[in-house]
Amino acid sequence: MTMPAPARPEEPYVSLDQQHHADKLGMFVFLATEIMLFGGVFAAIFYLRLTHSEAFVAASRALHVWIGAANTAVLLSSSFAVALAVAFAREGAARHARNCLLAAVALGLAFLGLKAWEYASEYGEGLLPLNPASDLSDLHQLFMNVYLIATGLHAIHVTIGIGLLGFLVMGLGRGHLSLPRRAIVIEIGGLYWHLVDAIWVLLYPVLYLAR
Amino acid sequence: MGRLLSLTIVWLALLALLALTIVASFVLTGPFSLVAGLSIAAVKVVLIYWFFMHLREEDGLTRLMAIAVLAWLAILLLLTVADYATRA
Amino acid sequence: MSEADARPRRPNPDDMDDRGLSETPIERVSYLRAGHTLRSWLLTTDHKRIALLYLISITFFFFVGGSAAALMRIDLLTPEGDVLSNEGYNRAFTLHGVIMVWFFLIPSIPATFGNFLLPLMIGARDLAFPRLNLLSWYIYMLGGLFTLLILITGGVDTGWTFYTPLSSMFANGKVVLAATAVFIVGFSSILTGLNFIVSVHKLRCPGMGWGRLPLFVWSMYATAIVLVLATPVLSTTLVLIAAERLFGLGVFDPELGGDPLLYQHLFWFYSHPAVYIMVLPALGVVSELVASAARKTVFGYRFVAGSSLAIAAIGFLVWGHHMFVAGQSMYASAVFSFLSLAVAVPSGIKVYNWTATLYKGQVSLDPQCLFAMGFIGLFVVGGMTGLILAMLAIDVHLHDTYFVVAHFHYIMVGGTVSAYFGALHYWWPKMIGRRFSLVWGRLSALLIFFGFTLTFLPQFLLGYLGMPRRYHVYDPDFQVLHVLSSAGAGILAVAYVLPFAYLFHSMRYGEPAGDNPWGDTGLEWTVPSPPPKHNFDSIPTVTGPPYDYASRGEP
Repeated sequence: MTMPAPARPEEPYVSLDQQHHADKLGMFVFLATEIMLFGGVFAAIFYLRLTHSEAFVAASRALHVWIGAANTAVLLSSSFAVALAVAFAREGAARHARNCLLAAVALGLAFLGLKAWEYASEYGEGLLPLNPASDLSDLHQLFMNVYLIATGLHAIHVTIGIGLLGFLVMGLGRGHLSLPRRAIVIEIGGLYWHLVDAIWVLLYPVLYLAR
Repeated sequence: MGRLLSLTIVWLALLALLALTIVASFVLTGPFSLVAGLSIAAVKVVLIYWFFMHLREEDGLTRLMAIAVLAWLAILLLLTVADYATRA
Repeated sequence: MSEADARPRRPNPDDMDDRGLSETPIERVSYLRAGHTLRSWLLTTDHKRIALLYLISITFFFFVGGSAAALMRIDLLTPEGDVLSNEGYNRAFTLHGVIMVWFFLIPSIPATFGNFLLPLMIGARDLAFPRLNLLSWYIYMLGGLFTLLILITGGVDTGWTFYTPLSSMFANGKVVLAATAVFIVGFSSILTGLNFIVSVHKLRCPGMGWGRLPLFVWSMYATAIVLVLATPVLSTTLVLIAAERLFGLGVFDPELGGDPLLYQHLFWFYSHPAVYIMVLPALGVVSELVASAARKTVFGYRFVAGSSLAIAAIGFLVWGHHMFVAGQSMYASAVFSFLSLAVAVPSGIKVYNWTATLYKGQVSLDPQCLFAMGFIGLFVVGGMTGLILAMLAIDVHLHDTYFVVAHFHYIMVGGTVSAYFGALHYWWPKMIGRRFSLVWGRLSALLIFFGFTLTFLPQFLLGYLGMPRRYHVYDPDFQVLHVLSSAGAGILAVAYVLPFAYLFHSMRYGEPAGDNPWGDTGLEWTVPSPPPKHNFDSIPTVTGPPYDYASRGEP
């Protein structure tokens, strides 16, 4: 992805425009698979919310609403940074683009840090089923299981996204990505990050704000 | 720099919606809370897709590819939930 | 992503001034001869070579899965189950299911013939993402490796459905390993589907409008939609099982108030559409074979194409019919039952249109056409019994009996495997460049049809009489039918091995096939057999409708 761009389209395309369009379509189709992956998790969440609403709300109240809120703001801002990076990349402003991507990476790491701190304090409070000392009620434990799987799966995606953004930063730093010709690469990498953000935007109210 | 300005406005709007959804969670309960949370989140996701993911600049095919999955997501969630909602 | 600049090894026609220029001897060499080293195969991004890699790998898994089936049929010869232990029988049918579903049927036609033919049929030089295509094969092989690991380390006994709480709380086998294998192979499905969708949208050659796409491409497109949108939900399901087994994070655990039926919802959201992943490509193959056999344009092209999409879409709405007796809401069951019956409409359209295509055609009896006709017959029986099972009241009687087993084997083995062999015979001369023995081909088509019928027709009777599936110790009254079924399985085994003998023979001794051995109309028949590495010297332009036999003076 960071190699020098061929002036001509790669096999099997006849024009660069066609190739870029295909790349974008491919990314959106891939994002559709990610959405369905989390769709299964949301089905489990909605099942719980529907059949055990009271326990769900009680368990949701026990979560750290404000850490979650901070994390949402962090991810939204990192998405903003990526969007800025694409805007700069299209104008050929490689240094600005790189700085924006670096900011996004930093915010992504901040998200993971906050999440880790949140898990740690939940562990200390006996909220996590993994803690053998925890004595949660059955339904509370069920909620926490779903919560852990949903946020854990999301954190894995954040990690992958950070790797992807870091890859783009390196590409820009070493001059492998000549802008604005290869802005498309940043744009496509960015799409993944925005989706990870969008999934958190949905997870946050459903898990943390059930009342 | 009009593009940067519009992105900044979208970012601020997203943060405002985040604040709104938190406020709503203190005010509303039960199904209303769920509906409010989901609707505000949906608006935020639309903003992200439309502006940050540049859907507003794309042609119809790319837009279709980006949102067609919603139909399948709806099938998965609605038919599953329909079972639980109508269990005797 | 690109090594294009640092790759002077071979002249690339796209690097030359004239886009269409590829008359250099290297470029005209067939894909089979463009490089002989192992590396040139294992690092190829040529869709045709990847198709052959897939062909070899799925053939291997077909015989592994087939051996498990053979063991079961031998064990079922006697009511006491003398050959296998209870545990061993459970492991045999689980292995058979897992391997046949995920390592043979799902990749079978898409990953081999789809890979090979899709770019040729739409007039492209390759799929949209050639490197992803190669990656998908490696991922498939990694999943396969895990499966072999299960085989060596003792197996799984949950059945291919991994139902909870059996799989999450009670089963002793390698459930996590099996889930990992299936999870990995899911990525390879997704990448193949993604590649097909983008290729069909972006790489059609000039003049190749949607109304001119070969029906095989339509069915590949419909299959790709299902692959891309259903497979991730299976991944979720497997992640949830693994989380429960590894970390005790039970989501389906009834002791905590979880619902095992939720697992079934998620699992069948994938696994019912997966049936259409298996059969839609077969329907596309048969459309091609029927047109070729009748030497006529396909009757109602638009309806046959549209019915592929309709099957893909409606196929997502029917999963609940696997849960009629599992405690699902009666209202949900009624809706799922109705929607399941609705799938019969587009399937019926296909069968009627094939029949109408054959009507007054000059029907040839080449092997691939016999396979196609066998397919139509078996598909009708499989489909009709599916309607029986979709009815709420009858399903109570037939659920989890051999009737179900017979039904889905009619679709998957009678249908898909017949079409797979039909495709293998029809496109073999294109892939390898040699003709094979038509006499042996016809014989194996007939043997497969009769062997199959003898194997699975008695199972309908067994199921209706009350023989439950997944049992190996049974009432002695059932023995006659079981022995008939096992005898049929013996014939089927011979019939499946036979083509490999004469097809291998043809690779060395067959007559050169020529560009268009069957006299057909698709773009794939306009290039040499086997096709050159870059498929087309210059990107073709399509000027007429598909299946235009009429303009050549054929009926």
